Amino acid sequence: MAQSLREALDSGKFVITSEIGPPKGTNIAKMLHHIDLLKDKVDALNVTDHQSSVMRFPSIGGCLAIKERGGEPILQMTCRDRNRLALQSELLFACTRGIRNILCLTGDAVPVGDHKEARGVFDLDSSQLLHTIRLMESGKDLGGNDLDGVVEFCTGAIVTPEAKPLEPQLAKFEKKVEAGAEFFQTQAIYDLENFARFMEFARQFRVKVLAGVILLVSARMAKYMNENVPGVLVPQNLIDELAGAPKGEALTRGIEIAGRMIAALKKDSICDGVHVMAIGREEVVPDILAAAGL
Amino acid sequence: MKSITKSKPFDEIKECLERFDRIFVIGCGTCATMTRTGGIEEVADTIGRLQEWGKIVTGSTVIATACDEMTGAATAENSQAIRDANCILVMSCALGVQKTAQYIDQPVIPALDTLFMGIEESLGIFLEACDQCGQCVLGETAGICPITACHKGLINGPCGGTDNGKCEVDKERDCAWTLIYQLLEKQGRLDLMKKYHPPKNFQVAPRPRVIKI
Ligand code: SF4
Ligand code: SF4
Repeated sequence: MAQSLREALDSGKFVITSEIGPPKGTNIAKMLHHIDLLKDKVDALNVTDHQSSVMRFPSIGGCLAIKERGGEPILQMTCRDRNRLALQSELLFACTRGIRNILCLTGDAVPVGDHKEARGVFDLDSSQLLHTIRLMESGKDLGGNDLDGVVEFCTGAIVTPEAKPLEPQLAKFEKKVEAGAEFFQTQAIYDLENFARFMEFARQFRVKVLAGVILLVSARMAKYMNENVPGVLVPQNLIDELAGAPKGEALTRGIEIAGRMIAALKKDSICDGVHVMAIGREEVVPDILAAAGL
Repeated sequence: MKSITKSKPFDEIKECLERFDRIFVIGCGTCATMTRTGGIEEVADTIGRLQEWGKIVTGSTVIATACDEMTGAATAENSQAIRDANCILVMSCALGVQKTAQYIDQPVIPALDTLFMGIEESLGIFLEACDQCGQCVLGETAGICPITACHKGLINGPCGGTDNGKCEVDKERDCAWTLIYQLLEKQGRLDLMKKYHPPKNFQVAPRPRVIKI
């Protein structure tokens, strides 16, 4: 059995997590291939939960597949699609199936996704979901009833260190810590100096922080992220570096950049690990880790 | 408070009116007049379109306030023309439509879609300000309603979608939690940003909601 994420976090090692995006449909071959490729190279694998409000194969399904194949899954749970009954029941199920880690998210807004007329639920929010897990660990549900068998989870949340303005996000970060978050995976960061400043703040709290690293595959993607992804800032020098890559080699350059960043974060012990996201290019995650010397 | 409405597409109204040939039209002198969806002019315009389409309009009235007792008086005053009609087209918010239905036996058809309860922020700009949630938190959110001003109705602070102070669903719209933070800062009450709000009670007044005073 794989080492649990909590053990990895507590061991003081530089923790590496990555992420699997389930398919839109029943063809899970590619997802399984990605799981097999990554499960032994990282400490844990997130499975996204209808990321960007796009309907897909469920996170819990991906997590069970990781579990079956000997990996350590992190179940992403958003509050967008389920009310408190459904969230709690999924936590019960996940626990009985050996899923030990939950990443609590509020969830993207419905209109940014592909079912624009759906009802957004948001019965709970991310900090309330964290609280709920701690409550269920104590043997109660949100209705105040006793549970016959309790849950136990290592709970995480997200934070956006480049958000503008940052202060409201930091207040929310504190609330999540207070609600029981043990680890944070951050939104993508590219400016290590800014990130180090954020870490000075985060270090006041007893939580582990894994820096979000999103693979850049082209200068165009970098510009797109700057314009369209809230809380992501790709500095101009990285955009230039990608633009300057010989034709057909932007991806290689992107892998180098990601590897370089991870190595720097590790070398200076800026944070406790990284969360590597290679949206749609999961197969190059091992190359990124190799480029980082891991 | 204003009940904010928008006109239904005329084709949708036509679909509902297809089977009726004699129509009585009701407008409202309050909210629907302010939003220019059911005032004197709009009622006259709709009557013209109905007649052009070949319908007989047996009469019309613009009730000062269609959502209260005046509707009873107005329907009594127009009882002959209403009796002559086989349906009533109501150009008020849904409150007026329902009030009308209490006094009239014929089918009542809404001409407007009721969007939200709002206040006029600046001339002609109406803003949803309250969802009547039954557990008001305005005292802790610097007077900005997080249920309606935040796209997700979050009560524990911003989501990760805030982008330069705007909401992730629309770059033109302010993120409610950025505004709340800024006002709380001005008021020296930033500690409230860290106050945890437990899950909301969505059944404070379970539907069907009724209250007896
Ligand atoms: S919190 Fe918002 S929705 Fe609830 S009563 Fe107050 S203003 Fe209305
Ligand atoms: S960006 Fe702000 S207003 Fe929009 S959903 Fe998030 S917290 Fe609410």
